[in-house]
Amino acid sequence: MNDHEFILNKAVQGGRLTYEEGVVLMASPDLLSLGRAADLVRRRVNPGDLVTFIVDRNINYTNVCSCCCRFCAFYRREDDPDAYIISKEDLFQKIEETLAADGTAVMIQGGLHPKLGLDYYLELISSIKERYHIHIHSFSPPEVAYMAQTSGLSLREVLLKLQEAGLDSLPGGGAEILVNRVRRIVSPNKLSWEQWMAVMAEAHQIGLKTTATMVFGHVETYAERVLHMIRVREQQDRTGGFTAFIPWSYQPGNTALGGDTATGVDYLKTLALARLMLDNIPNIQTSWVTQGARLAQVALAFGANDFGSAMLEENVVRAAGVNYRVPVTEIVHCIQASGFTAAQRNTGYRVLKKFPPS
Amino acid sequence: MDHILNGELADLGQKVLSGTRLSREDGIRLYQTKDLLALGSLANWVRRQKNGDKAYFIVNRHINHTNICENLCKLCAFGREAGDPHAYTLGLDEIEAKALASAKERISEIHVVGGLNPGLKLDYYVEMLQRLRQALPGVLIQSFTAVEVDYLAKLHHKPVEEVLALLQAAGLDSLPGGGAEIFAPRVRKIICPKKISGERWLEVHLAAHRLGMRTNATMLYGHVETVEERVDHLISLREAQDRTGGFLTFIPLTFHSRNTGLEPLQLPSSTGYDDLKTLAVARLMLDNFDHIKAFWIYIGLKLAQVALFFGADDLDGTVVEEKIAHDAGAETSQFITKAEIIKTIKAAGFIPVERDTLYNVVEEGF
Repeated sequence: MNDHEFILNKAVQGGRLTYEEGVVLMASPDLLSLGRAADLVRRRVNPGDLVTFIVDRNINYTNVCSCCCRFCAFYRREDDPDAYIISKEDLFQKIEETLAADGTAVMIQGGLHPKLGLDYYLELISSIKERYHIHIHSFSPPEVAYMAQTSGLSLREVLLKLQEAGLDSLPGGGAEILVNRVRRIVSPNKLSWEQWMAVMAEAHQIGLKTTATMVFGHVETYAERVLHMIRVREQQDRTGGFTAFIPWSYQPGNTALGGDTATGVDYLKTLALARLMLDNIPNIQTSWVTQGARLAQVALAFGANDFGSAMLEENVVRAAGVNYRVPVTEIVHCIQASGFTAAQRNTGYRVLKKFPPS
Repeated sequence: MDHILNGELADLGQKVLSGTRLSREDGIRLYQTKDLLALGSLANWVRRQKNGDKAYFIVNRHINHTNICENLCKLCAFGREAGDPHAYTLGLDEIEAKALASAKERISEIHVVGGLNPGLKLDYYVEMLQRLRQALPGVLIQSFTAVEVDYLAKLHHKPVEEVLALLQAAGLDSLPGGGAEIFAPRVRKIICPKKISGERWLEVHLAAHRLGMRTNATMLYGHVETVEERVDHLISLREAQDRTGGFLTFIPLTFHSRNTGLEPLQLPSSTGYDDLKTLAVARLMLDNFDHIKAFWIYIGLKLAQVALFFGADDLDGTVVEEKIAHDAGAETSQFITKAEIIKTIKAAGFIPVERDTLYNVVEEGF
């Protein structure tokens, strides 16, 4: 048995992989063995044959952002002609459309707008909760840290106020690669990895669940991807609040950073490795938004157990020139065609509705 | 390999590893398995036996000389009636100009296919071939599907062998694999009722093989056909190959419905699983074919790269001006550079080899 097989067997048996072992797996060209091991682990962590998805909507309240990350095609400056802040009218209409489409949540995220203070965000949340019964999955760590900075409050105080206003959970964006060497290159004005993790730790401690993402395929090394996973795993050991891990590949269209996107093989390897490394995270999401439905479906054999969101709207990835549209019927078809049972879930991964095989 | 020899496909794994030919029932079971990775591992084993770690590509140019077509198959979004405002026919000067324009791209193949246009007679095709040969010396000409060759034979009341010999003398090196669709008459009645039968398609190819021409074979899947009909299609090709050995490559083509006559049926589109399974089953069933191609323009470059682990050893090439799949809504770009395709192959851990139509090595050691 070579190193590679030994490590895969260890993971399949339930052993925790080390950083070094993760690096060995990532460097191996043996895609199918890696996928096989990830699939076995996925079936142990998520027994049964369900693949879940959520119906929700991304609402981007502003595209004005002082961060100006080099991998981002969404942000604008305040005086750009297409800069915007969403109106209440538009916001409520989008929520009503979401509810009408059996959506259960809104993911409200936006840029770091210099004119928007904590009060804006609190009022935004409470105005929604006053009117609608909908889960609010909003504000990634960069936004929360920005609110703390502009208000002078601690992260904990900001999160408590948001929670009190009606915030239910946090999305895992802004993680990019949780290694400061990489962040200095791709997002020099964004919070450090320690600050990102501090927001998540505080959120978990007050009972807000979150996800964790990873944007790979730009300037990071394979080893830095593994380090990212290790850092998420260590936090999960301490606070246990991550519901899912969502790896997606950098989309270079219209960005300052440019370059190529990760290949299909790289995507599957990274996703499979995440399933093997993150033994304490229940769900791994595939990303049709960035990979297209075909490859996203194939990822179900490489460790993914969740198809992400049948989003009614997504602006950030679209700004980078990627525009895959996958409505609910197609997601269900993809899941069924791979031999799994499709189920709609809520943000907390509770199954709401199973789709009988067609 | 241990999981292949333990799981639900264990007996088929034994057969494959011992070089035993798979039966129709075996093929159906392979298609029906939920264990995508076991199927892939098995196909990958055969692929490595036949082609090692090599992954082939070609630098070529596609030209679609006319979209006027008497058949107007329901599966097709490309064909037009003669009077249609979008109908076109390229003159021989235009075709020659397109060929000359690609000379500096160091192509090794020119690939011309088009509709069944009653206005274009044998002399048009013969002169086209002669001018292409002159314009691009040393570039192989892979052109005209069996459907077009049969049409020319009928138009001129000549045996297909004679038409093929005339085309060959004018410069034709090889026939592409188009028009095979699914051989089953039940399916052809629905998707392409006026097209030649599966038997006729095979006759034309066998005739070409007997003249010393190598040809390709395709299968259009993901519309109204059953798994059994796919497997029967593969077996028909395997039997034909036993007779002549003239087929170079098998190319499964995933069906794109947009703008076709089948769009109203709202068929669910084929999925990534189906694309990979189809390549893998083909690799396992077609034990007498050297090559299986994952045509990136139909399934996207990301999935085509992954397909290198599922039996495919060829990604086709840099295709300029591909019209047929794109008229049917294929969302891939129409062109990738040689550098991109080499990078994609290497990133998957395979060895890129630039080939010509006949799989002679044009360049390697990238």
